[in-house]
Amino acid sequence: MRGPTILKAEDDKTKQLNKSTLMAFSGEAGDTVQFAEFIQANIQLYSMRNDTELSPAAVANFVRGELARSLRSRSPYTVNLLLGGVDPISEKPHLYWLDYLASLAEVPYAAHGYAQYYCLSLLDKHHHPEISLDEGLKLLDMCTDELKRRLPIDFKGVLVKVVTKDGVQVVDFDNDKIVRPA
Amino acid sequence: MNHSAFLRAMTDDHSNPSCPIKLAHGTTTLAFRFQGGIIVCTDSRATAGSWIASQTVKKVIPVSRLSRGEDKASDKPTPGLLGTMAGGAADCQYWLRYLSQQCTLHEIRHKRRITVAAASKILANLTYAYKGYGLSMGTMLAGMTPQEGPALYYIDSDGTRLPGNMFCVGSGQTFAYGVLDANYRYDLSEKEALDLGRRAILAAMHRDAYSGGFINCYHVKEEGWVHHGFDDMNPIFWKTKLDHGEFSNVTSQL
Repeated sequence: MRGPTILKAEDDKTKQLNKSTLMAFSGEAGDTVQFAEFIQANIQLYSMRNDTELSPAAVANFVRGELARSLRSRSPYTVNLLLGGVDPISEKPHLYWLDYLASLAEVPYAAHGYAQYYCLSLLDKHHHPEISLDEGLKLLDMCTDELKRRLPIDFKGVLVKVVTKDGVQVVDFDNDKIVRPA
Repeated sequence: MNHSAFLRAMTDDHSNPSCPIKLAHGTTTLAFRFQGGIIVCTDSRATAGSWIASQTVKKVIPVSRLSRGEDKASDKPTPGLLGTMAGGAADCQYWLRYLSQQCTLHEIRHKRRITVAAASKILANLTYAYKGYGLSMGTMLAGMTPQEGPALYYIDSDGTRLPGNMFCVGSGQTFAYGVLDANYRYDLSEKEALDLGRRAILAAMHRDAYSGGFINCYHVKEEGWVHHGFDDMNPIFWKTKLDHGEFSNVTSQL
């Protein structure tokens, strides 16, 4: 978005950091991609030098550190992040919520921006720790339906990616569904 | 403690330079129509800035013949309308009391109860007349009359007046809408509808810092309204979490 104009409707706001961690970002135009690419490059550099895959926890703490450093600089990055990944050793999934003030929290489900206000109550009610991929995608459907119903801004659909121990896949998602208010 | 800074935080000099004290700005209230009538649910927290001024506020206000005690709940349905309170507590209490008087006068003059449409228009005309003078209210009027059936209106201090099937008002509205939209059907049973209303308020009380306290529930049906409890959210939250596995972001381990 630039002022009142949509520049691109299907922008990929995620970066894959290594085989099984994905970072989604939002915030100040320019900052977001700059910061994401900086993180991506450094994670790759670390893995090449040390010949190891960093765990999602390690990546999250590194990113938090960089955000904290940036926050105390003359021009901090205004970037909010969600970081999802599967630990290559334990094969357990992890999700981290980070904001531009360098808060880091591990959570079972998360959102940034206005989506928080509409979706967190839904996720509070319908999420459970043993949730399957299918159920998860159904829950995502409920969330996007609610955003279509109540958010005054048309967010032009979502891009859905699933992170597993085998990597990151794009999942087909019907963005053209019309949702009628109750 | 820095007293002037504290008072600064307590006063709403942004919307009004003469600095009235902020009160009950944050709230969650909801009402929806369904097969069995109308459900009205609210939280009970009043805030003044970051200060919780009260946890036991009655945000559902009967709009009815006060001289006959028709604002009191009993085992039988009580005739009359229900109004909800969001925004300024005083504004809502005062003007809904004023509306009660006008509705009573209407009843005496016309020998029949006022319709919800007419009552809501009295309030909307009033808020519109005072537009720009600093009133702060977001209210829903619910009632059932022989002419209209179950009727629900949203009225606010901008002068907006909307008829509708479902409204959530207050700082917690988005959280309540999330739960309500996803699980709402017109053919909900009475128990399902009451439970959904309560759950939507609980969702908002959990996520919105300006909502909390007790869950207050009413059911409006043909013969009048029935009160369905003023219940502490805390045991309800833990019961919901532990029995249904919801709120999985909250840990119950020490």
